[in-house]
Amino acid sequence: MKHLLSIEDLGRGGIEEVLRLTDKFVEVSERAIPKVPALRGKTVVSLFYEDSTRTRLSFETAAKRLSADTMTFSVSSSSVNKGESLRDTVETIEAMGIDAVVVRHRSAGVPWRIAEWIDASVINGGDGWHQHPTQALLDCYTIRSRFAAARDPGGGPAFGGLRIAIVGDIKHSRVARSDVQAFAALGAEVVLVAPPTLLPPSLEGWPVTVAPDLDEVLGSLDVVYLLRLQRERMTEALIPSLREYRTRYGLTAGRVGRLRSDALVMHPGPMNRGVEIDAEVADDPRSVITAQVSNGVAVRMAVLFLLLGSGSEIVSTPLDRPVPVAVGDLA
Amino acid sequence: MSPAPALVIRGGAVVDATGRRNADVAVRNGVVTAVEPSIDAGEGVRVLDASGCIVAPGLVDLHTHLREPGREEAETVETGSRAAALGGYTAVVAMPNTEPAIDCAAVASQVLALGRGAMCDVAVAGAISVGRAGLQLSPMAELAELGVRLFTDDGAGVQDSRLMRRAMEYSLSLGVTLAQHCEDAALAAGGHMNEGAWSSRLGIPGIPAEAEELMVMRDITLCRLTGAPIHFLHLSTAGSVAMVGAAKAQGLPVTAEAAPHHFTLTDAEAQTFDPVFKVNPPLRGDGDVRAVRRGLADGSIDAIATDHAPHGQEAKEAPWDEAPPGMLGLETALALAITELDVPIETVLALMSWQPASIAGLRPRHGGPIVAGSPANLVVLDPAERWVVDAAASASLSRNNPYAGRTLSGRVRHTILAGEPVVVGGEAQR
Repeated sequence: MKHLLSIEDLGRGGIEEVLRLTDKFVEVSERAIPKVPALRGKTVVSLFYEDSTRTRLSFETAAKRLSADTMTFSVSSSSVNKGESLRDTVETIEAMGIDAVVVRHRSAGVPWRIAEWIDASVINGGDGWHQHPTQALLDCYTIRSRFAAARDPGGGPAFGGLRIAIVGDIKHSRVARSDVQAFAALGAEVVLVAPPTLLPPSLEGWPVTVAPDLDEVLGSLDVVYLLRLQRERMTEALIPSLREYRTRYGLTAGRVGRLRSDALVMHPGPMNRGVEIDAEVADDPRSVITAQVSNGVAVRMAVLFLLLGSGSEIVSTPLDRPVPVAVGDLA
Repeated sequence: MSPAPALVIRGGAVVDATGRRNADVAVRNGVVTAVEPSIDAGEGVRVLDASGCIVAPGLVDLHTHLREPGREEAETVETGSRAAALGGYTAVVAMPNTEPAIDCAAVASQVLALGRGAMCDVAVAGAISVGRAGLQLSPMAELAELGVRLFTDDGAGVQDSRLMRRAMEYSLSLGVTLAQHCEDAALAAGGHMNEGAWSSRLGIPGIPAEAEELMVMRDITLCRLTGAPIHFLHLSTAGSVAMVGAAKAQGLPVTAEAAPHHFTLTDAEAQTFDPVFKVNPPLRGDGDVRAVRRGLADGSIDAIATDHAPHGQEAKEAPWDEAPPGMLGLETALALAITELDVPIETVLALMSWQPASIAGLRPRHGGPIVAGSPANLVVLDPAERWVVDAAASASLSRNNPYAGRTLSGRVRHTILAGEPVVVGGEAQR
């Protein structure tokens, strides 16, 4: 695998490979010194054309734990403000000698274009409303770690029989597009819950069902995945008000009681407490929102390792105690 | 006995609005002097081989963006007209969305002056509103005085229904035709491709077919109200084609064009994220492509127009939703029509020569029957020649050609402008 652009590219086999490898990096992350030399000498650049806190920090932490060198390119302090084109920027960065670039851009498809222009590996860190594959992978990992043991003694993803609702602004969400593909690829049943104005204009080919009423489906869910509602959706006449949205689609303290006791509450962040999720619900024991963030680092370590690590690279060696393990042993 | 010809086009089949016959064509002083089964070329007479070819009135493009003035890095009148000649065109209508817009005699005169001596005749379309801002009527009489016969705010539709009504009423006194870029701005706002399954999957904001259809519907209604003729630019949806067909059946004075990309490409191309496939109106779905093809075959659509829209490389190397819409068309339109449309060559030529010439008010200089005494604006084309589109070989200053690498059938061999062979053997002569 050269690039990670979309969940579709990975397919079920690719997703499962990342999840298996993530187990190893979770273990690394729990060590006193959570660092391995796997990517020593490699350089990973974060190229973020759009604001991001968690994704950028998560990738940089992952790269550092693999001993890669990291560079950050943020638009506010770059030549982009002097009118430099995307292609020129990317080719300039590549000329510095890099191995991978993590791209976040407000326009769909930018990582695909960059992958055509440069030789380094390209990782999609979120493109417009289109894809956010590492978010979907960390979501799958989080779900798997809560349900797999109970349902599949073999440790496989075992999403068969899981019912997952994605609630909110599906239309503008790259997280939803990647999650739908990933959850469905692993065998889950995916339900979209949103007002029609916040659904994509066409769901042709989407492996989902649509439920207009959150209360109707809530009791049957294993996972309720809430999306961030951006405030500008009101001015675009997509919803009448945040208050009305919360009343119909928010996971309120009153509503969360209908959720099964073993169900999970998830959110990609950043949360609007009091809009799509009530403050006390975010802190409910069923909420795994913090686990999503910590799993994100291990998932991104797995992705970087898959793209940049050489076949026989050491991954489970603490820096102070070298014990080589071949990649083949991980599967 | 007519005087000795300067040029004889030998061995072709002459096809025009009156039919087809095998004949040689003699030309002198910019005029066809004879069309006969066999014409002797005497000493010093230039002979152009047309064996296996069709000799037809030169093609006429109703919709060319020559970019001059204002965007000379993307195209100029000189380079655009060379691309046109290579594509078999003897006349193009330059769209007024230049910088500044062609909304007054001064700018129109400048473009017309640049067009004199170009490799094809250059007519201009004038803007309907000052600065194409949709607020105030442009001085249409002043422009008509210079020979402007089409008016459009192309690049955008006239949003204000009252302004459009007044423009149509006013046009009646001048004998000119208004041409609409049909797009309801509010419904299309923020969109960068056709709204549908592909836009939903790719997460690219969509432009619904209905944004075009609402304005087609409105302008048919205004046509009925005012009695003024209206021409619909680049129809792209099944609904638009059906409405225009129905309006014609009611006897309303409506005409329409379609661009080659709307009968050859679909919105699935957007999955490449390569903005060479970004255009406005956007590439639509399979059903729309089929409807445009049917409309061209059954007469609902009168003309194939290129919407040739050059953009520099850096503009098209931007992210999809930042890149400007538009694609080249002049050098591939004829071959795409021959290759992709299931109609006789006579229909292709009607759609690309005499019907657009009528809409543009360019007859009899262009598009007329090839007989002794008619202006020698001609194209000689080999309908069977297969060739591979080479984007780098274009005469255009730009390279935004979505057909690069495609094999097409039908190639222009010679183009004759006012008796002068400006393209010979597929090569531009100047």
